[in-house]
Amino acid sequence: MNLVIGAATIGLILSLLGLGVFLSYRVYHLVDLTADGSFGIGVAVAAALLVRGVPPLAATAAAVLAGALAGGITGFLHTRFQVNALLAGVLTSTALYSVSLFVMGSGSLSLASAPTLVTQAQRLAGRLGLPETFTLFGTEVQASSIAALVLMALLAAGFALALTRFLATDLGTAMRAAGNNPQMARAVAIDVEGMVVLGLGVANGLIALSGALITQYQGFANITMGVGAIVTGLANLMVGETLLGRRSIGRWIAGAVVGAVVFRLLVAAAIRAGLNADALKLVTALFVLAVLIVPQWGARLRGPRPAGAHPG
Amino acid sequence: MFHRDTPSEVRALDGVDLAVERGTFTVVVGTNGSGKSSLLNAIAGSLGLTGGRVFLDGNDVTHWSEQRRARRLSRVFQNPFTGTASDLSVAENLVLAGGRGGPRGLRRALGRERRRDVREQVARLGLGLEDRLDTPIGLLSGGQRQALTLLMATMVKPSLLLLDEHTAALDPRSAEQVIRLTQAAVARGALTTLMVTHSLGQAVALGDRILVMHRGRVVHDLGDVRRRRLTEGDLLQLFDRLRWADRLDTAAAEMLRRAYI
Repeated sequence: MNLVIGAATIGLILSLLGLGVFLSYRVYHLVDLTADGSFGIGVAVAAALLVRGVPPLAATAAAVLAGALAGGITGFLHTRFQVNALLAGVLTSTALYSVSLFVMGSGSLSLASAPTLVTQAQRLAGRLGLPETFTLFGTEVQASSIAALVLMALLAAGFALALTRFLATDLGTAMRAAGNNPQMARAVAIDVEGMVVLGLGVANGLIALSGALITQYQGFANITMGVGAIVTGLANLMVGETLLGRRSIGRWIAGAVVGAVVFRLLVAAAIRAGLNADALKLVTALFVLAVLIVPQWGARLRGPRPAGAHPG
Repeated sequence: MFHRDTPSEVRALDGVDLAVERGTFTVVVGTNGSGKSSLLNAIAGSLGLTGGRVFLDGNDVTHWSEQRRARRLSRVFQNPFTGTASDLSVAENLVLAGGRGGPRGLRRALGRERRRDVREQVARLGLGLEDRLDTPIGLLSGGQRQALTLLMATMVKPSLLLLDEHTAALDPRSAEQVIRLTQAAVARGALTTLMVTHSLGQAVALGDRILVMHRGRVVHDLGDVRRRRLTEGDLLQLFDRLRWADRLDTAAAEMLRRAYI
């Protein structure tokens, strides 16, 4: 049971990464490789500030801003200088690796003694007079792990709802139009370049938040934590799309959250069943690849591909 | 200018000096590659100029971006897919067009009031689309999309309406319908319109003034179309003459080549 709770908590944290990837990949049709860097900078900024005694909320907010800035830079490189989006993302995220190292001062940091959002939530649970352990489905669970789970569930649900609402506003609709048909967007006087910069900023802000929360949950920061974030985000998104579909924006976004949790539970089950944890990224990458190409095989078996069909 | 400083340099527009009077309907016709669409794109800002200026409402807009010009002018493209965002619903597309020229903030895009407003406007088209407001616009036919694009281009009154062969990709029935809607919208808003077309029939039926373009130049400027009772046949004759002139050019060149080289 504790394994399930832990996996679900991490899934909820990584669902914010999924939301960011949803915005860049599904709304703008860009594979934004800034994700690896912005997840890392989220980890680095939050950890560095927390060990210096900055209040957790402020440290988390600073991490989000750092990620948003990184996304904005990628967007600016892409729109203003017409740098290929993949390359712009790689450039930003490579540069961020060094920045993260500077910020952290070393390759890893321990948050064991620093108060974090997670320890604050646990203290709050204690003050509410909850017992330290209780029995759930026949196993003993720590109240502290339940507190972390609830905190992350609230955050994931809150941001998912906010993003859904945002995409239904005038500005959000303009962003979706800019991603869907830039020519049409320009014709109705939408600043397409500005929308890409803003969109990637918001996306990477969410991704950095995900990084800032994971470091607080795990109690340590490591410079390599951002590696492969984009692939994890894509995997979350794809599981969600398979489970809940893409019929409406709200459903799609809810899918990104559910998908992240389900994917984490699957990962936990696989590790429990004997999968080497070192193989995790390999398995995640293979999973995304499979989701991308299996529909094509299916279509080939059924008959010739219609013109204009594309995977994903 | 395309392929500049290469042997295949083409002057898409060459010394075009055109003033469009407010409230008039100007039609541009011309041979293929004559620069009709380039003229429209130069005005809209999607084609950069190597020389010359563009004025709109008395403002020099030569260095304005396409999206900035779009606050004052609107366009309907030849391809019905170009003017609408296919993944967005009919209502969302219209609301985006309704916000042309204004700031876009955090207000709900489809509040009850806006929805009612959009529904009324769509109902006025008479195509029965008011019951499909939440359908992704990409699921509609080319004719329906073009009718909606026209509505989007005219719901906020533009200083100039640009129509770029906007019925060329439609079947004859839909084309006729879109032309009817065009006439109605232009009349209702007393819009200043510049239309490019290959249909000489449309040109004489809709235009107050007809420009004939050839090789990047305006070779005929026919005002007072109605009073002069210009017909499709008259225009056809002009075209034939242009084609003869072209042939004469090549024939003469051939003769000179034989004689002197």
